[in-house]
Amino acid sequence: MAKRIESIGLDAYYGAFKAIEDVNVVIEPKTITALIGPSGCGKSTFLRTLNRMHEVVPGARVTGRLLLDDEDVYGPGVDATGVRRTIGMVFQRPNPFPTMSIYDNVAAGLRLNGVKGKKVLDEAVERSLKGANLWNEVKDRLPKPGAGLSGGQQQRLCIARAIAVEPQVLLMDEPCSALDPISTLAIEDLMTELKDRFTIVIVTHNMQQAARVSDRTGFFTIEATGEPGRLVEIDDTQKIFTNPGEKRTEDYITGRFG
Amino acid sequence: MSSLSTTPPPSVSPDGRAGTLPRTGGRSSERRGDRVFRGLSLGAGLSLLGIIVAIAVFLVVQAVPALRDNTASFLTDTVWDPNAASPAFGIVALAFGTVLSSLLALAMALPVALGVALFISHYAPRRLAGPLGYVVDLLAAVPSVVYGLWGIFFLNDKVIDTSAFLAEHVGWFPLFGADGIYGRSVFLASIVLAIMILPIIASLSREVFLQVPTSQQEAALALGATRWEMIRTAVLPFGKPGVIGATMLGLGRALGETIAVAIVLSPAFVVSLDILTPNSGNTIAANIALGFAEASSTGRGALIASGLVLFAITLVVNVLARAIIHRRREFTA
Amino acid sequence: MTSVRTPVIGGLQQAALPRRAVAGLAAAVVAVTALLFSVTDLQGTAGFVVVATLLHLAAQTVLSRVVEGPRRAADRLVTTAVVAAFLLALAPLVSVLLYTLQNGLERFDWDFFYRSLRSIGARDAGGGANHAIVGTLQQVGLATLMSVPLGLLVAVYVVEYGRGRLAATIRFFVDVMTGIPSIVAGLFVLSFWILGLGFGYSGFAAALALTVLMLPVIVRSAEEMLKLVPNDLREASLALGVPRWKTVVRIVLPTALPGIVTGVMLAVARVMGETAPVLLTAFGAASIVRTPFDGPQSSLPLFIYQEAASPQQTAIDRAWTAALTLILVIMVLNLLARLITRRSKIGR
Repeated sequence: MAKRIESIGLDAYYGAFKAIEDVNVVIEPKTITALIGPSGCGKSTFLRTLNRMHEVVPGARVTGRLLLDDEDVYGPGVDATGVRRTIGMVFQRPNPFPTMSIYDNVAAGLRLNGVKGKKVLDEAVERSLKGANLWNEVKDRLPKPGAGLSGGQQQRLCIARAIAVEPQVLLMDEPCSALDPISTLAIEDLMTELKDRFTIVIVTHNMQQAARVSDRTGFFTIEATGEPGRLVEIDDTQKIFTNPGEKRTEDYITGRFG
Repeated sequence: MSSLSTTPPPSVSPDGRAGTLPRTGGRSSERRGDRVFRGLSLGAGLSLLGIIVAIAVFLVVQAVPALRDNTASFLTDTVWDPNAASPAFGIVALAFGTVLSSLLALAMALPVALGVALFISHYAPRRLAGPLGYVVDLLAAVPSVVYGLWGIFFLNDKVIDTSAFLAEHVGWFPLFGADGIYGRSVFLASIVLAIMILPIIASLSREVFLQVPTSQQEAALALGATRWEMIRTAVLPFGKPGVIGATMLGLGRALGETIAVAIVLSPAFVVSLDILTPNSGNTIAANIALGFAEASSTGRGALIASGLVLFAITLVVNVLARAIIHRRREFTA
Repeated sequence: MTSVRTPVIGGLQQAALPRRAVAGLAAAVVAVTALLFSVTDLQGTAGFVVVATLLHLAAQTVLSRVVEGPRRAADRLVTTAVVAAFLLALAPLVSVLLYTLQNGLERFDWDFFYRSLRSIGARDAGGGANHAIVGTLQQVGLATLMSVPLGLLVAVYVVEYGRGRLAATIRFFVDVMTGIPSIVAGLFVLSFWILGLGFGYSGFAAALALTVLMLPVIVRSAEEMLKLVPNDLREASLALGVPRWKTVVRIVLPTALPGIVTGVMLAVARVMGETAPVLLTAFGAASIVRTPFDGPQSSLPLFIYQEAASPQQTAIDRAWTAALTLILVIMVLNLLARLITRRSKIGR
């Protein structure tokens, strides 16, 4: 199920501007990798290169290699929609489809992939909502609009929507930044459960969160405005937060910078 | 936006006086200035409502004498002979032609307009979106009399060929019945109307498509949707009320369009579905323009009565359209 | 694992039609269409384009469905259809402009702009639209003079003073008024001014009808512009003790001025082409009427309508030249309006 990701000399551009440069990283299956760093350091851009969402922005492009197990995500003949089907994503702000019910939101990805039949969909929706720890809260109001849920519930609905298509990797772009502490805790618990089935990469501003949930942590930074972001180091979370290899990482973590 | 327009600055009450503070600063002449200005602008606003009411009132007043002299039933007869010694006129043929030509125009314009709107909002390169939208808006800038001129001298020949082809090969279709004579038909009028309402529907739909939040479009893409699937999942459902409103505005425009139809159509007061042949229909608005110059006093009243019906129909269509658009605006805000 | 129906060649790889295949398909479709047109009774350029497009859509969908699967096929189908819709929408615009240019240049001469139709019959060559141009300028000028102050006041009320139900009602009916057919505006002035009050046909009556049409357009655009004026400016002025009305007149309106001018120009461009309301209120005349209060008057669109109704080519030529003139003026107004907005965007 879960797959390994490896990036080799990955650069990402917005038009002429180079947003990240030469990122080399290995992300093992069934782990949680947290990406931290100051604002504008390119950590979200890097995350979006992993499922080719980066190129959705006009003028954006990527060079270098990105391997999912042994296949190059940017190789010739690879279709971005297929990549995104394989690598799911949860966004910073909960973004359920406002015109759809809770049920339809979860089923949206499956329906796109041609899954039909009420029974199959019913099962998949229940499984996904249970997987997102949301089933008990919404099982009685599945036909109600998803937009009527609380922020934390909406975000878990989005997670359910993402895992319904059984991806191999789950990307999360600051999934808790718009949520209150209790909802945040619920999502963090969920992440550790999902780890058994998916490779998870999470971008976060919250260092405590990175320390709490992740197995490995990568630190991105920029030298100056206009410079591309770089991955300074990536290592076991334990090591990054107690004994980082780079001084810049230590400065950031201890709050001396950023 | 709305808070900007409706919320007064905190320390100042609506009439510009300084809240509960002692009114040492406000000289009385200035306060009078405020009252006058406020009164003037309120009066202007009310006069606008007054105009709409006055339109209805004066049309009724001028229509009543003719309706009284009418020897036919205005609401149920198809005959139109209001200038005769014993005037007889009914709205049925005109109303039927008006609605038929407008619905045909809508059927032709709507798919193309949606395509144009999507092309500009989601397919064309971002930098071209503005200029291309402007080019389509230029379609709306061409005066209807020029469309009429082009329709009768250029388009009619083409439509005659197409009509002959349709009648020959798909003549079994209810709308395509014909007797071998084509052109200057309801079909031609509908095509011209379609061209005229296309930019209205296209530009309003484009606006709502551009307002679809990026986050929702990305949500669809992140599930592995193709561009079309993303549009179907995120863009069209979000834009639906706006598109419905735009469509109804287009319909309202088509219902009331006068001069282009008056130029291209060879009119007749009949209820007929044979859209390919001349003398198989007429519209309220075109009939007013065509019949006005030669109308007797009763004839004028009859035309005004028909105009009242047109006013009522377009008013209903427009109120519905605006209500749909307004509700959507609140929903997104 | 969910069933993925798209044909997949090992993992992420997906079969795709190469660009060359699509181009080749288009060429083949054109050839087939040409063959079709030579052996059947199909004919005409427009018909050729339509048939070729439909054939291409069908062939491409079948091919893509076989090679790339139904999802990509649907995506390709919509992409092609959307581009085709755009080109289809441009066709009438290009055709109208070219055809008008082609026919209008015939009489685009000195006489046309400096002579009227006085003692010129439909059969006679020569003659011009001077009287109609004068009429249009007077009617539209008067309508602008009446609708701009009134429209600005309404916009000021809605944005600066109005709140609650009344302002919402006015705003709503401004929108509704935009949709009133122009012929109804003409009928209104006919019923009220000409038949009701007995004033007779005149350029001024036409201006009244055009005012009804311009008013909502001006209110809407001015309202949008006033809303764009930053609230800080209002507060800064009010904090200095300037009364609200002076704040509006001295600060808010001047800030919004470029946008308001744009709105007025677009409104002028819109009513300048109106025929039906002018027909019902000014009726038309063949010679120059010096003031808009001297009985029936012509206007450029009315001139087009009445000349085009004549079976004589000389009259039709005059109609085309008037159409060309009208389109040129309206295009220039639109272009200027666009330039003004581009040069001054509030808050950018």
